[in-house]
This record gives sequence, C-alpha cells and structure tokens, in this order.
Amino acid sequence: MGFKELCFKKSLWLFHFGGASCNNCDIEILDCLTPRFDVERFGMLLVGSVRHADVLLVNGSINKRDKSRLLEIYEQAPKPILVVAIGACGCTGGIFAEGNTFAGPVDKIIPVDAYIPGCPPKPEAILAGVVKLLNK
Amino acid sequence: MTKKTLIPIGPYHPLQEEPELFKLYCEGEIVKDIKWETGYNHRGIEQLSEKKTFDQSFFLVERICGICSTSHPLAFANALEEAGNIEITNRAKYIRSIIAELERVHSHLLWVGLAGHFLGYNTVFMWAWKYREPILDLFEMITGNRNSYAMFKVGGVRRDIENSMIPKITKILDMVKKKTDMLVGAVMDDPVIHARTKGVGTLTKQDIIDYAAVGPTARASGVDVDVRRDDPYAAYPLVNWKVITAEKGDVFAKAEVRLLEMYESISIIEQCLEGLKKEKEGDTEVKVKHVAAGWGTGHAEAPRGEVFHYVLTDGSNSPARHKIRAPSYTNIATFKKSCVGQTISDATISLAAVDPCYCCTERMAVAYNWKTGERILNGNELIALSAKKTQKIRNQI
Repeated sequence: MGFKELCFKKSLWLFHFGGASCNNCDIEILDCLTPRFDVERFGMLLVGSVRHADVLLVNGSINKRDKSRLLEIYEQAPKPILVVAIGACGCTGGIFAEGNTFAGPVDKIIPVDAYIPGCPPKPEAILAGVVKLLNK
Repeated sequence: MTKKTLIPIGPYHPLQEEPELFKLYCEGEIVKDIKWETGYNHRGIEQLSEKKTFDQSFFLVERICGICSTSHPLAFANALEEAGNIEITNRAKYIRSIIAELERVHSHLLWVGLAGHFLGYNTVFMWAWKYREPILDLFEMITGNRNSYAMFKVGGVRRDIENSMIPKITKILDMVKKKTDMLVGAVMDDPVIHARTKGVGTLTKQDIIDYAAVGPTARASGVDVDVRRDDPYAAYPLVNWKVITAEKGDVFAKAEVRLLEMYESISIIEQCLEGLKKEKEGDTEVKVKHVAAGWGTGHAEAPRGEVFHYVLTDGSNSPARHKIRAPSYTNIATFKKSCVGQTISDATISLAAVDPCYCCTERMAVAYNWKTGERILNGNELIALSAKKTQKIRNQI
C-alpha cells in the first residue's frame, strides 16, 4: 500500500470552499450531511479548517477576488489532498464563464482530482463521485 | 480607552456556506462595531444578462441564488410582461404561485435548520432538513430538478402540473404539515431556544424603516409589508391568505413569523391546486413572439423579502438594461443595529436571523441624498476611493 492509499484509507474529512456560486451546490453539499444521505456514516465530516482536511470540495465559478484565496487555501492544505470540483461552475465556469469577473475554472488554478458535473449535482451524484475517487 | 479586538468571521468559515467576511470589533466579549466585505461572490449577472436573449436570461437569473430560484425568474417574468403588456392564463398563474410557495416552505425549513445549527442545536438542523427533502421530491416530480426549476418563461410556465399529479402533491403536503406541527412545537416550546433567541438581535419598527428592511425581517418587527398583497402578481389575488406579523423584532419573533408563514404557504398551495382542477389542462402559456420596446418593473416576494427587477427593452430579443435588487441587500445593513451591543455568541445568531443570502447581495448601488437629490457617490468618486485604498495598502507594505 502506497503512502497516498494509506492517507485516504480511513475517515475522510472534508473542507468546503464555496466560490462565486449560486448557493445551490453549497446547499446540496450540506444536504449530504443530513439524515436522508448522512455521509457521517462513512466517517466523512465537514471541518472548519483546510489544515484538518483530506478532501477539498470546491464549487462555484472562481472570480478575480476568490482566485488568490483559493490558491492560499490550497497551499495551507496538508498534502496529499484530494480536490473535487463540484457542479457545472466548478468544472467549467458554467453559465458565468462569460462574466467580466470570471477568473477561470477551478482546474486552471489548482490541480483537480475529480469532477462532479450537474447544476446542481444531486447529493447522490456527489456521494458517487467521492466513492469513485476513493476506489481509483 | 480600551482596545478593541478584531474578530474576523469568514470569508471561508464553517459557519457560512457562502463566502462573506464579517469583522467584529469587540471589547471583551461585547461587539462594539461590525463591518462586512462582499465581492467574493460577484459574477456580473446584470452584464451577462444583457448578452443573452430573454429566454436564456431566465436560466441566468434563476442562478442568482439557488434558494430563491423561483423568485428571481418570477420577478423577471413580471417585469417583461409589464414591458410587453402580456396577460397570462389563470392556469399559469396558479402554477407560478404553487412553485413560489413550495420554495418558501423549503427555504423556511432550511433557515430553521441553519438557525438551530448556529445555536449549536443540531437536532433541529437534522430534523428540519429531513422534512425539507419531501418538498424537494415534489420539485423533482413537477419540474425535473431539485433546485433550479426552469419553470418560468415570458407568457406562462414551461411545464404543466397535470391533474393526475394533484393527489400525490396533496398527500406529501399533508405529511409535511404534520411534520411542521411537530417542528413548530419543538422550536416554540423549547426552553433552550427561548433562552438563546428571546431579546437577542432586536430590531425596532423604526430600525426597519430606517434601513428599509423587507420580508420576514420587517414583518417580525411589526412592519406589515408583503409584495404578494401590496402589488399582487400570479395567483395571490385569487386565493385567501393572510400576512403573518409579530411585534417583538427579536430572533424568536423572526423564527415565529417564518414557521407560521409555512402554514399559510401550504394553505395557498392547496387552494391553488383546487383552482387548477377548474382550468383546462395544458393551457399554460400565451405565445409571445415579440416584446415591444419600453421598460417594465417586476416584484416578487422571495422567502427573504422583496425581489425587484427592472428591464429596459429596445425591441430586440435581449434586455438593453437589466437591474436587480435582492432582499438581503437591504436586510444585511440591519446588522449595524442588531449585532452591536451583543456578545459574540449572540452575534452569530443575529447575523443568521435575517436569513442573509450573499449570492443575491452581490449588487452594486449608487446612493442619492433624498433631501437634495444629489448623488452621494458617483462612479468616478468610487474609482478615486478605490485608488486611495490601494495606495493606503501599498504604503503599509
């Protein structure tokens, strides 16, 4: 077992970075924690600081103001860290890609390990995405 | 002179799901002043909207805010229909009201849950969000998506609610009503919630008028405003309902107003469903080929207050100017009154009490002096201010 597999073998802690989004993906991520989906069963927990996290969830298009903050948060994160881009805006910029404050989709700024498309992706899709990433 | 400590909340704080920076200036545990910074969520919606056609713009305004993804398209449709003098069918009116009220129920449940979470009372959070799920199922059944519904268009709605769906909808609503009873009981009778929210974050009637707050925030302080009644749209004139108000203006009153509004919403939906049965199935839109040059304004009462859209059309198929004002834009300013003088632990629930929505709030406004009619800040002055600030930061480095 490699170092990376060892890191991600047990409970994953998640940190959520909401970029310039419409709030839908943020709500669906929170929804994953509530009784119907309840990811806490699998040891997944939203944590308050990226320094405690194994997975960085990024959603929303990234605007000029967010860009430097996202880079800083990525630098603070303990490595290895899995980065998941959630939603159409996180993956490509979506409907906001033509806006004059748009600073590029997430993967132009930091390396991304998994993309979960959808506007917004259903909680089931978010769970499936994370599970696929872990089995990779 | 005592020294003030700066406590930042955000921009990426576990308390908020959206990026927003609050700076609390505290003496000991008491908050003496509060400032906030926005812009982390700015996407340039108004500029984007001018590049799109009317039909495409609906999908854009829907994504101003994921929770108010009915109110914005509804206000936009109202504005365009005013500009083009379009009258929609009764069936479309009923469907618009049903979707708007379902959204209110899910948004208020979401707020109750988050408020519980901010108080450290996670049981309420889990319960409220559990009972929000059936409403999202209803949305999925009617519109095909849990959150962004794509239901509205100029001249009507995109999809019909078939009469065969109505019994299913009523069944789920009955279930939600029962669960809401339980939730209301749990919140209203809980001594912990009473102790944490009564007398906290109080806004007087005068504060509301001074800061021009809207929605449940205003209604909880005894200011009786509701666009649904004051400037009727959709099917609201066709059904019986009442505007819920409370007098105290504290966080508890705001919770009370929102919880009781959910019953009104469910009652409106039930009456609209009855109304649907009388209308011809499939009669959901009037064909609109052209929106004439002119302008229109549209309101809608979002779960957080009044959403306002102004559209200037030049006879082409896209807006020449599109101006949006969202409720949180004015509501957030009341933090100056509600948080100052509280302890830090009470400040968080006071911040949450207006149900702030930052993705709606990322707007730009120019202030006028109402006595003289002069612009307080114009574009060049803002640029000069920004240059001054940059210079200040450079000097510090």
